[in-house]
Amino acid sequence: MQFSELWLRSFVSPDLDSDALGHLLTMAGLEVEEQDGVAAVFSKVVVAQIVEAEKHPNADKLRVCKVDAGQGELLQIVCGAPNAAAGIRIPCALVGADLAGFGIKAAKLRGVESFGMLCSAKELGISEESSGLLILPEDAPVGTDLREYLALDDTLFTIKLTPNRADCLSLTGIAREVAALTGSPLSLPACDPVAATHSDIRAIVLDAPDACPRYSGRIIRGVDAKARTPEWMKQRLARSGVRSISALVDVTNYVMLELGQPLHAFDEAKLNGAIHVRFPAAGEQVLLLNGQTVTPAADTLLIADESRALALAGVMGGEDSGITLDTADLFLESAFFAPDAIAGRARAHGFSSDASYRFERGVDFALTTRAIERATRLILDICGGQPGPVVESVEPGKLPARAPIRLRAARVRRVLGIALSADAVAEMFVRLDLDVVRDGEDFIVTPPSYRFDLEIEEDLIEEIARLHGYDNIPVLAPRGPISMLPRPEARRDAMFVRRLVAGREFQEVINFAFVEEAWEKDFAGNTDPVRLANPIASQMSVMRSTLIGGLVANLATNRKRQTNRVRVFEIGRCFTRSPSGQPVDGFHQPIRLAALAGGLARPEQWGEAGRSVDFFDLKADLEALLFPRVAEFERAVHPALHPGRSAQIVLDGKCIGFIGELHPVWVQRYELGAAPVVFEIELEALLETVTPAYREVSRFPAVTRDLALVVDQDAAAAQLLKGLQSVAPAIVQRIELFDQYQGKGIEQNRKSLAFRVVMQETQRTLEDAEVDAVMTALTRHAEENLGAKLRA
Amino acid sequence: MDQLDQLVAQAGIDFSAAADGAALETAKARYLGKAGSLTELLKGLGKLDPEARKSAGAEINKAKAAIEALLNARRDALQQAALEAQLAAEALDVTLPGRGAGVGGLHPVVRTLERIEQIFRSIGFDVAEGPEIETDFYNFTALNTPANHPARSMHDTFYLENGEGVMLRTHTSPVQIRAMQAHVEAYKDRDTMPELRVIAPGRVYRVDSDATHSPMFHQVEGLWVGESVSFADLKGVVADFLRSFFESDDLQVRFRPSFFPFTEPSAEIDVAFMSGALKGRWLEIAGCGMVHPNVLRFGGIDPERYTGFAFGMGPDRLTMLRYGVNDLRLFFEGDLRFLGQFR
Repeated sequence: MQFSELWLRSFVSPDLDSDALGHLLTMAGLEVEEQDGVAAVFSKVVVAQIVEAEKHPNADKLRVCKVDAGQGELLQIVCGAPNAAAGIRIPCALVGADLAGFGIKAAKLRGVESFGMLCSAKELGISEESSGLLILPEDAPVGTDLREYLALDDTLFTIKLTPNRADCLSLTGIAREVAALTGSPLSLPACDPVAATHSDIRAIVLDAPDACPRYSGRIIRGVDAKARTPEWMKQRLARSGVRSISALVDVTNYVMLELGQPLHAFDEAKLNGAIHVRFPAAGEQVLLLNGQTVTPAADTLLIADESRALALAGVMGGEDSGITLDTADLFLESAFFAPDAIAGRARAHGFSSDASYRFERGVDFALTTRAIERATRLILDICGGQPGPVVESVEPGKLPARAPIRLRAARVRRVLGIALSADAVAEMFVRLDLDVVRDGEDFIVTPPSYRFDLEIEEDLIEEIARLHGYDNIPVLAPRGPISMLPRPEARRDAMFVRRLVAGREFQEVINFAFVEEAWEKDFAGNTDPVRLANPIASQMSVMRSTLIGGLVANLATNRKRQTNRVRVFEIGRCFTRSPSGQPVDGFHQPIRLAALAGGLARPEQWGEAGRSVDFFDLKADLEALLFPRVAEFERAVHPALHPGRSAQIVLDGKCIGFIGELHPVWVQRYELGAAPVVFEIELEALLETVTPAYREVSRFPAVTRDLALVVDQDAAAAQLLKGLQSVAPAIVQRIELFDQYQGKGIEQNRKSLAFRVVMQETQRTLEDAEVDAVMTALTRHAEENLGAKLRA
Repeated sequence: MDQLDQLVAQAGIDFSAAADGAALETAKARYLGKAGSLTELLKGLGKLDPEARKSAGAEINKAKAAIEALLNARRDALQQAALEAQLAAEALDVTLPGRGAGVGGLHPVVRTLERIEQIFRSIGFDVAEGPEIETDFYNFTALNTPANHPARSMHDTFYLENGEGVMLRTHTSPVQIRAMQAHVEAYKDRDTMPELRVIAPGRVYRVDSDATHSPMFHQVEGLWVGESVSFADLKGVVADFLRSFFESDDLQVRFRPSFFPFTEPSAEIDVAFMSGALKGRWLEIAGCGMVHPNVLRFGGIDPERYTGFAFGMGPDRLTMLRYGVNDLRLFFEGDLRFLGQFR
């Protein structure tokens, strides 16, 4: 909502300067987005007329003008504007004028004396662009100060209105608000009835009274549609961002801006029979005045006559029923359409209009007749004509209800935290011009027809807070019962896990949760991803079921930017369809952590030869994250991964994720150079941990023995270790794999695995015999049950 | 016994001349060895009468002790010199970089979220989360959003194919409802429900993309419900938070009336810094208000008995202001040169 301060001040003029007024509005919830003077700061610029314009003797593009600026004698002024011509009236900066800091002096231009400067709109800061001199109306009084003539000592306010304050979509509404906030007297435009001079009427039938419970109309005959819109009206429209079109259209727009009531003028000659406000028949079409032919949906209200649909009610008029410059008789519409009946209808056809913008937010339903009277007065003044009687069709029961609201003073104190006396509250209601009845400590408030946002007690409390001033509500230090937040020791939070991952040299990233469909297929083997109905772009059309795609893209992007060593991780939700999904039916939305490492295992440095990161580097990272819990890794095939270098991660018998080297096909397709290693794991698995438990530390020496076993090359070391552990007696503290060997001395297709067995007792020193017995038992078990042979 | 003094003096000279341990041992043998000068003198004592033997013996032993002291001093000196030589040889170029000095880091927005969580935890707020594919009920209806509200349109909200009544959540506010319902459920057997204080950070989605809007971004929702929670408390908590977050006691904070379907009264929160590039400009930073009675009811809470406030802010914007980042898109491009600056 954009408007001129001068126009506002014609209704209410508090003793505040423009900045204070802007601040007042902002702090009352009418946020001033922009506030600008309508022109630059300048002085000594007057209305003038070019009497004579001759070519400059020494310059092709300059003209030497004789100018009447009301100074008693003609001024000679050299001017470069292409449109400088005898007869036109233009702004003239006199010698001594100051144009935003630029002084005008008498000067010689290419040998010809010049006493002043003729100005364009841009030079005066009236518009951003201009081509040539600003041409003023032919009746502009020569010699008058331009600021005064064009009312340039004015400020444009642009207000960002919240959707609940439709009542402020007019000068009247804003004036009402300013009066309430400041207590300044309010004088609104008179909308006195204009007596009918003939009795012609057009019948109005409300076929859909829920959607349109009130419709007022009036025939005005014999208007001069070609009459000129007065300058003051053009100026106010322009300062509200509305272009002048013709006097009749301008009047309807002017009344809408002034009162908030959208009006529509039909060409009376093009109407046939009664006006119907109804819903469309199937397939019915309307040609709108923007040239678009639309087929409105069944819930889109129409204005029709007895032969055809004329307009989209409350949205836009029709092309062939509207007024033109040849219109002699017009039918003026002023109606109330229910917000629900208009909301979204313009948008459904891809446009919006000032009318629909207002109706869908709520227009004062008591305003229709007053607006018609006001418009009639203006039309008669500007275009002449003979008004008929105002006809109003109304279904009072269908108009918006304004149920009384009870406001309790105690509730105000409780919600706002301020102690306001009942009298102070009463005084605010008076300023807001609300209909109030006192009931002890309570107030019974009936909201006015123009307020669609006052329905419950809290709405009134907000009004009180606004008038009291949000700034004047105290800032209380937080207070409340203190209770400790339980944090189980065996539970970590995601931030802790992030720090752990970052501590292992990974940089966290945040990637979009909507991805390219191909990623889902490549990295998750998912051919039926969760698809967006309205994606912003095709590469963001499906919801990811794995975080890997984003990390692979991060690697590719960083390689392009010459960072070849990339270690990244992300924690985020993944999405799949699942009949048992919780908490939203049908969708599984687990939070996962994924990491990717590509390039050198360690940052390039001087001390050791560089080597590429591999499976076991990343596995170590993952094991450190899980510590002290220990996961098992089982060979498994995953669509994203190299089938021989991938594993599923199993914790407590449950698969919690996967780890492996990226499949060579994807390495090539995504141009990654060398294969990165990745893992993805349920975050929950990293949040669950264990509370430490104490075991006695032995004071007796430990005995360490090594055991080298030869097994088939594809035997899993973990299987062997697990087998040994399963038969180890209590004195065995731990068994560790410390070497793997293949080559000389070992048969083809076999490998040697060396284990270190550490034994200890807490109560005594172990004897050689029992240590030997353990080693014999382990060896025998390995040979008999685990397919191993003691290495020779 | 000038002879003995000379002997001691000569031993001192010989020991000093010994350049290493072996030379020192050779020199030692000359005096203290089997055929050493002192040994010889001691052997000669037997020829003396007992009186003379006693005094001569004492003199010789004194000289022997002096020579041994000289020997030990020289030994220590040589050992010390050898150690120093070894240490000198082992010296490192300590200016060489540490081996494998890589570091990782958190995403800048997560860093902000972590700080927000810490600040709110310090006054007893718990952290909650909710699903990102959300139902119409939680995302709109329970938040008092009218059926035909523009936010529900496909221009603003991402909907799913074949998904009835589900969407990508457009804000973290649905977590308010979920948190209230869970809280009510947890304390349903008690006469009084303890206060509910919770923040809900997370990703949200809107159909919007330019330099200042990302189709996916972050929000942090805050909710405090209790028997005496007022707008004045809201002002206190939010202002205190903002000053803690920006570590600036002179940060200006103002609340101005605004509108959200789920709060009433509602406010927009602006801040102005007293120094820096943005000095003196009011910057919109969060929305807040007293929880609308309908929203409390949807959460299962009686609005007559309990009141509450809620706020929602954009951690992406907070991060931009905190670190002077000027383009929102940088957060989501995964460029390590950018992300690495926030370690």
